Amino acid sequence: MRSSVTIINSGVCNLDSIRRAVEECGGRPVVTDDARELEQADRIILPGVGSFGAAMKAMNEKGLAAGLRHLLAKRSLPFLGICLGMQLMATKSLEFGDTEGLNLIPGDIVPLNSNDAEDRIPHIGWNTALPTRESPLFRGIDDGRDFYFVHSYRYAPVDHADVLAETPSYGKFAAAVQHGHLMGVQFHPEKSQRAGFQLLRNFLAI
Amino acid sequence: MPVKTRVMPTLLFSNVGLVKGVKFDSWRRTGSALQAIKVYNMREVDELVFLDIRATPDMRAPDFAQVDELADECFMPMTVGGGVKNTDHIGGLLGVGADKVAINTAAFERPKLIEEGARQFGAQCIVISIDALRHEDGKLEVMTHCGTRRTGKDPVEWAKEAEAAGAGEILLTSVDRDGTFTGYDVALTRAVSDAVRIPVIASGGCGKYEHMAEVLRDGKAAAVAAASIFHFTEQTPREAKLHLKAQGFNVRV
Repeated sequence: MRSSVTIINSGVCNLDSIRRAVEECGGRPVVTDDARELEQADRIILPGVGSFGAAMKAMNEKGLAAGLRHLLAKRSLPFLGICLGMQLMATKSLEFGDTEGLNLIPGDIVPLNSNDAEDRIPHIGWNTALPTRESPLFRGIDDGRDFYFVHSYRYAPVDHADVLAETPSYGKFAAAVQHGHLMGVQFHPEKSQRAGFQLLRNFLAI
Repeated sequence: MPVKTRVMPTLLFSNVGLVKGVKFDSWRRTGSALQAIKVYNMREVDELVFLDIRATPDMRAPDFAQVDELADECFMPMTVGGGVKNTDHIGGLLGVGADKVAINTAAFERPKLIEEGARQFGAQCIVISIDALRHEDGKLEVMTHCGTRRTGKDPVEWAKEAEAAGAGEILLTSVDRDGTFTGYDVALTRAVSDAVRIPVIASGGCGKYEHMAEVLRDGKAAAVAAASIFHFTEQTPREAKLHLKAQGFNVRV
C-alpha cells in the first residue's frame, strides 16, 4: 500500500514539483485546498514558494489555517513544511511587515544576513544541512550531504531544541525544525536529488 | 562556509526544440529538451536554465504546457524564462514546476513587474536576465528582445535598479561572447557582481573549464551558466566541477 500524502495547495506554490517527487518516492499524493479534506489525511505536506503574507492570506481565506491548526492539535499526524511551508509554521514573519503564521513551532521568520560579502542574499544553491540530533527524517542521509536552498529569510525558533539541522552559512541558521510530529525543512527536498528523495521517503515511512 | 558554486547548463528552446547560436544569431538545432533534461537529471547537475528564446520576439506567452511536461521529469532546480510579462505568467510557471522565473525584456520595459513579482512570490524566485553587449569602443549596453534591441542603458546601472526593485538573482549574459568559446566577459561580470548583493550568474562565452574558474575568481560570479560547451564538446558539468574543485572552489561533486 502506497503511503498517502495530503499536499496543501496554499495558492502560490510549486505544487507540481512536490506532487511528482512524492509519486517518484512511492507515495500517493492528494492535493487539496479544502479544509474539510484535511480531516482524512494520514500525513500532510505544506509546500510553498511565495511570500509569507500572500500564502497566509490564501490559507486564512480558505479556512486552511484554522483547519490545519485544529487538526494538528487533535491528532499527531506527521506534518512536513517545505521552504515557505516551513516558515508558515512560525509565530510570525517580518517579511513585508509583520504577518502572523500558523504558530505550530513558536519562532520568528527573520531576514538572512551576513557580514561576509561572499554570502550573497538570497541564499540560492546547494548547501549542507547538519542534523543536531538523531531523527527519522534524516535517516540514511550522510552528514554533509547538500540540499537545494532558495530563500531570503530564516526560521528563528524560540526554543533552540526545536532546531533539527543547521546550515553553517550566514552565521548559522535552521535548515530543519522539528517538534514531535511537526517537521519543517528550509531546503527543497523535491529538488535535492538523492538526498532529498531519501528525506521524502523517510517522511513517507513515519 | 558559503553556498556551493553552481555550474548550470542552459537550454535554449525555440519553436522546434533546443537550439544554440553564436552571438544570439546563427541558431543550430541541438536536440530534444526532454532528452537533455533526462540526461542532466541522471547526472545530478546543480540547476538548469531553460529559456524560450522565441516567446518575446514572437509576442507570445510562456508555453506552460511545454514547461509542465519538462518539469515533470526535472528533479533538479530549474529556472525558466522567455515571454514572461506579468505576475500571472510568473505564478503559472511556478505552478507547473519552475523554481525560479527569469524575466528580461518585460522587466526592462516595466520595472514595476519586478516589485510585483517579489511581493507575490518572494524575491528569491525572481531572476532578472540581462543581455549585455560590449561595443567595439568597450562601452556596455543592455539589449532586449533576445539581443536584437538596443536600450542605451548601462548593465551595471540596470542591475542595481533591478536589485532595488526586488530581484533575487541576475543572469548576466554577454551577447558578444555568446557561443564564441572565447571565455566569459570577466570585467562585465565583476562590475555587476561588485555593484549588487544578490547572486550573479555569469553566462556567455564559456569554451573550457578554466573560463569558469576565471569568471568565478576574477569576475566574482556566484554561479556559471554554459550552453555550447555542453552541447558541442565532450565537456560535462561534472568534469567542470572536478576541475573547479581541484582549484579550490567550493562545489558539489
